[in-house]
Amino acid sequence: MLIAGATLAVASHTQWLPFWVDFAAAALLVWRAIASIRPGALPPRWLLILLTFSGAIGVFFSYRTIMGRDPGVTLLVLLLFLKLLETRARRDVFVVAFLVYFVALANFFYSQSIPIAGLMLLTVFVTTTALVGFSAPLRPVVDDLKTAGRMLAQAGPVMLLLFFLFPRVQGPLWGMPQDAYSGVTGLSETMSPGSISALSLSDAIAFRVKFETEPPPRALLYWRGPVLSDFDGLAWRVGLPQLRRNMSVEAAGTPVDYEVTLEPHNRNWMFALEMPARIPPTARLTSEYLVISLTPIRSRVRYEMRSFPQFQAPSGGGPEDLAIALRLPRGVNPRSLALASEWRESLADNSAIVRRAIEFFRGSRFEYTLQPPALGRNSVDEFLFDTKQGFCEHFASSFVFLMRAAGVPARVVTGYQGGDTNPVDGYMVVRQADAHAWAEVWLAGNGWKRVDPTAAAVPVRVELGITAAAPAGATLPLLMRTNLNWLKGLRNNWEALTNQWNQWVLGYNPDRQREMLSWLGVPQPSWQTMTVMLFWSVAGVLLLTALWLLRGIRREDTAQRAWLRFCDKLAREGLARERAEGPLDYANRVARALPARENAVRAIASLYVDQRYGPGPDTRSIDRLRHLVREFAP
Amino acid sequence: MKLDRVLQYSQAYNFFQWVFGKHAPEPGVVFLSQRRVYILPTRHGLTFGLAVILMLIGSINYNLSLGYVLTFLLAGLGIVSILHTFRNLAHLYVGAGRVAPVFAGDAAQFELVFENKSDFDRHSLDLACRGARVSCDVPGRHHRSVMLPAKTEKRGWLQLERVTVDTRFPLGLMRAWSYVQPDMRALVYPRPDSAPLPPTHSDAETGDAVSAGPGADDFAGLRPYHASDSPRHIAWKASARSELLLTKLFAGRAASELWFDWDRLPAGMHTEARLSRLARWVILAEERGLRYGLKLPGVEVPLGEGFPHRERCLKELALYRG
Repeated sequence: MLIAGATLAVASHTQWLPFWVDFAAAALLVWRAIASIRPGALPPRWLLILLTFSGAIGVFFSYRTIMGRDPGVTLLVLLLFLKLLETRARRDVFVVAFLVYFVALANFFYSQSIPIAGLMLLTVFVTTTALVGFSAPLRPVVDDLKTAGRMLAQAGPVMLLLFFLFPRVQGPLWGMPQDAYSGVTGLSETMSPGSISALSLSDAIAFRVKFETEPPPRALLYWRGPVLSDFDGLAWRVGLPQLRRNMSVEAAGTPVDYEVTLEPHNRNWMFALEMPARIPPTARLTSEYLVISLTPIRSRVRYEMRSFPQFQAPSGGGPEDLAIALRLPRGVNPRSLALASEWRESLADNSAIVRRAIEFFRGSRFEYTLQPPALGRNSVDEFLFDTKQGFCEHFASSFVFLMRAAGVPARVVTGYQGGDTNPVDGYMVVRQADAHAWAEVWLAGNGWKRVDPTAAAVPVRVELGITAAAPAGATLPLLMRTNLNWLKGLRNNWEALTNQWNQWVLGYNPDRQREMLSWLGVPQPSWQTMTVMLFWSVAGVLLLTALWLLRGIRREDTAQRAWLRFCDKLAREGLARERAEGPLDYANRVARALPARENAVRAIASLYVDQRYGPGPDTRSIDRLRHLVREFAP
Repeated sequence: MKLDRVLQYSQAYNFFQWVFGKHAPEPGVVFLSQRRVYILPTRHGLTFGLAVILMLIGSINYNLSLGYVLTFLLAGLGIVSILHTFRNLAHLYVGAGRVAPVFAGDAAQFELVFENKSDFDRHSLDLACRGARVSCDVPGRHHRSVMLPAKTEKRGWLQLERVTVDTRFPLGLMRAWSYVQPDMRALVYPRPDSAPLPPTHSDAETGDAVSAGPGADDFAGLRPYHASDSPRHIAWKASARSELLLTKLFAGRAASELWFDWDRLPAGMHTEARLSRLARWVILAEERGLRYGLKLPGVEVPLGEGFPHRERCLKELALYRG
């Protein structure tokens, strides 16, 4: 049982552990299984010590350290299986059980999804059963399972109360190991050809949006992320972010209010619909109209936003800003430079150049593909004039290059475009596959203006999403393909469930706790109030559990109780039973004293004698006895 | 007065009574009311608590919502296990059963009867008394008897000492225990030595032995086996048919008569040695189906035979005060 528990706890770890640890764990497990059939096969102590040390050394070589989260978890797993090989005494059983609990907890470092939660619940159930079986070795396992299940069910209410009422502290309490947040996907500070198309293969959710007002049409769903303004000929990078207080947005049309639940991505930026007008209190706005959080987003956060899809952005256009937006690498892409200077000379103003460039993209028969051919040093030239195959980063990059070459201040904006509304719960889901790059140009008098060259070249990308835009046969994530409708329905349901899980279980933080308590009528709960509430509610639940548990506890059996009640009734009439008088003798005496009640008295006495001294209790007779005693009046 | 009553029902009062109160044996059936069931975490329970606290700190530090769930689930499990462990022991009845006489040096088997009048089963009740440990389960609305062995050293009455009944069911994190001291005593016979029966000589005055002649091995009947019977006399076939182990009796020997006299033993013999010798003779004489009597200073058991006679002689020897 314990072995099963340990295996369950480690099962999902195998995805994250180094492969040799998986093998070692499997080998130790097999060894343990053999040992449970042939007790002599357990290893001697020196071998265990040797194995422990070699495990530690192996961990050191895998991670180059034994400190930190991942090496710690690996060591824990190895330790668990080695301990399993050493379970001899009572103490060892408990050590293994507690190690299993720790390993189960460690699972949540990597994933807190519903399946993992279910798996861990099963783990706790099995381990608890093992503990029960250990303290009552004579019982069949089915009974142990029942007891463990019953105990877990009774622990449930206590768990819920503690979960919702335990005063929450926002972690971390101390510095986290460096590797605590590795392995999260998302946009980064650089964009090179291929970086966004790599993201578009991922089905992972970037964030979810709940619109308070009518959502804008799909073509306006530009979720603004990092703004890139440094170009070295191949890759675009973010400039130094500058916080500005006096950023302004001139809005036209109606605002959109919405709430974003952002998945952790270990960077500071928070995605918002263009252009954000009101930002959450914990965030700031940069000179590039990027909303950034003061600390990296390392756990799922929820924030409210207001944006204007129709806007003018006149801030961030100072001379030094514009100088940055005109910088170009020297000596590359001569053909593009030539084309740009031709536009510059032939056209009157900046907006005409922009219009000309859009027409250029629209008319040049570019092909939208997830697998563009590799580009050399003159990447913009090669894309624009030779290969003509690219993804959004190619379009945005070359457009901004052309603009800068023609003297129009421009920059690349990355983020997400689009989003699918889940019909089950109404949340809009934006995935990594929706990652997009577009351009912004500065037009004097208008401010920064969004231009999406991808939309010009491949309009369907923005109007219908990436699924429609990618050519048939492209390797899109399986579930993003449109023809699997039943699968989509299944996924919508599952993701709606996951979203509720995220909102209420995983996203339950100090803020949400405060919200819930004020909804319960405690407007400004201090931790003292919460502790008192917690104490009394847990005490109440425990009292109910105790009453439930002790309902079957009895001093006397039912027949005895009924008989004593009968004797009490007679004693009040002066016919108390003598100490040494048997029930039948007593009944005879009472029957003589109360001739009118003779039948009832004799019936009660004989039923009582049958139940008390007869072969076995019988509920119908007991019920009859109780009924007779209740009706009896001397 | 009210305070008095409150105190009476509190565990502190109970503890106080236990430490400073008398430990008199309790006659009759002992009821383990909630006032006499104590409960404390075991060493593993404390470790479990520590583990839960560590897990809570980890969950706070890493902001693991499911970590909180797991931690609180385990905490709830620990709290609920208090109730379960308590329930497993409280409101149980402990009654005194039988205890068979033994020879000094053997273990006396005290029979304790657990009666569970509740609807649910009780598991893994451990009894401990002076180093002896036994365990039992009592299903709901049933009773179970347990044999608690106690080492014997001296002859005479052996009073059962205070018995600790404890249980760690279901998780082993908590230990509920209670003390009972049922009024039970075992009769301990003197330990027989290894001397042979005295030679049968026809001393008329002491009437040591009257042989019935060559027909001595005629089979006369069966009686229940006891530990001192020679294995050669066990009636294996008859025993297989009955539930008891049976010993064959032989008619021819019944004719012999023996008087075991304290005063005829060597003068230098110590009291206990004399009693051991006499016990040995009683056993051997009964085994061989002789008629025998016992003379102690101030006590005389007339000639007789059979199991009750043997018991009576041994009892006199056990309780002899010189």
